[in-house]
Amino acid sequence: MNWKSLDDFIAMGGYGFYVWGAYLVTAALITAEILMLRMRRRAVEKARRMQALLSEQVTYETTP
Amino acid sequence: MMRTLGHIVTRDVLLAMRRRADVATTLFFFVIVASLFPLGVGPEPKLLRAMAPGILWVAALLASMLSLGRLFDADYADGSLEQLMLAPEPLALVVIGKVMAHWLISGLPLVLIAPVIALQFDLPTGSLGTLFLALLLGTPLLSLIGAIGAALTVGVRGGGVLVSLLVLPLYVPVLVFGAGAVDASTTGMDASGHLSILGALLLLGMVLAPWATAAALRISLE
Amino acid sequence: MKLNWFKYASPATFYPLAGKLIPWFALSAAGFTFAGLYLSFFVAPTDFQQGESYRIIFIHVPAAWMSMFIYIVMGGWAAAGLIFNTRLSSMMASALAPTGALFTFIALWTGAFWGKPTWGAWWVWDARLTSELMLLFLYLGFLALHAAIDDTRRADRASALLALVGVVNVPIIYFSVKWWNTLHQGASVSMTMAPKMATTMLLGMLIMALACWMYSIAAALARVRCIILEREQQAEWLAKLTKEPA
Repeated sequence: MNWKSLDDFIAMGGYGFYVWGAYLVTAALITAEILMLRMRRRAVEKARRMQALLSEQVTYETTP
Repeated sequence: MMRTLGHIVTRDVLLAMRRRADVATTLFFFVIVASLFPLGVGPEPKLLRAMAPGILWVAALLASMLSLGRLFDADYADGSLEQLMLAPEPLALVVIGKVMAHWLISGLPLVLIAPVIALQFDLPTGSLGTLFLALLLGTPLLSLIGAIGAALTVGVRGGGVLVSLLVLPLYVPVLVFGAGAVDASTTGMDASGHLSILGALLLLGMVLAPWATAAALRISLE
Repeated sequence: MKLNWFKYASPATFYPLAGKLIPWFALSAAGFTFAGLYLSFFVAPTDFQQGESYRIIFIHVPAAWMSMFIYIVMGGWAAAGLIFNTRLSSMMASALAPTGALFTFIALWTGAFWGKPTWGAWWVWDARLTSELMLLFLYLGFLALHAAIDDTRRADRASALLALVGVVNVPIIYFSVKWWNTLHQGASVSMTMAPKMATTMLLGMLIMALACWMYSIAAALARVRCIILEREQQAEWLAKLTKEPA
């Protein structure tokens, strides 16, 4: 085990700011990408539902 | 084939000459940009002398890039680009002709005036020859590479800035070796290595770029 | 068993396949990440010269590897799209680009955070970082070009050509920057680690690289599914698959 305590771990031998600055930003960016993908997915699904509703309406209104 | 090439070059140069303002603005842009740097970094002669190769090259690069719109956009707008593409001559040949004309109008004036501007930066007179040669080899390459970007963005809105984003990374090797050549010559080192590589890149560009540009034109206009 | 290589070249067949594959790649990515981070922080010893700050390489190097690998794969899909005229190939290229750009940015960011404690500067113009920066511009150019062109087919083909021009240019850019860098040896820094690296350090890097790779595939597959949905609006097969009226 490299670290004597949690404090040691966070301090990273004095380089804590740099190590965590690198890793936390990376984690944040990856999370952001995943979230954006989910948002994109939901937007597309919503658009398709709207489309379906509209075309259903049209079919209903135009069938004699 | 050579006659067609001659025709295309003549046509483009003639058209450009009729709107001389376009041609002149590229040149003025180069001069102005080069003059801005001392205002930004201070007038200290040693600093300016050291920065001169880089400044002159970046200014030439930017000026060349700004004039890329003229390569295809006007012809696209009035339909003559489509006609040129339908002609029996290989499209790559047409591209070479247009690039040659572009260089004669936008590149060559830069090559000729750069040594004069270099004096503003107190570039040693021995290096002026290297600067001239480097730009002579580099500016056609800038036109060739730029043509690819111009062809990809024909008729696209926001085309000018977009072309810059596309083309500037591709300009990096030209900048590195071109400015490096002048830099080497100012510090007394041999610039022939840089110039040779620049020449090699130019040859590579002359072979590959027209072909890529023709492909890009077909993609843009089909 | 006769293999029909082009069976999955149609968005119709690829869409469900991708859907089934994503969870596996996502889980692998998570697994490798845990293993990799454990190795990186709890097994790999402290570096003699750089102290704990060297641990950034466990994300910096894999991210840089991925940024270059993804660009090449993207170029491959772009070429396939241009040669075979398959829509899905272009969609895959577009799906990969944002993730590739992200890893490029991560490589640059983590590189800066590594450089500051090690060499005292947030940014050094060494050949690798500078080439990585140019790679970011190439990714952004690809995305910008695709976004600027309204006609989807033209956008696909134009950005594909740009990607290929980029693939040819990346080595040229790298070598020119390397030359440029060795001549201006003011700050003689090198981003390479000391030649002998502890096995655990190498292993940590490799596992993190695998994690990034699995993640990239999962993200690209998820994105391409979105792209397929966005584009194939009128497709009958999609309606049947998602049980909606066409």
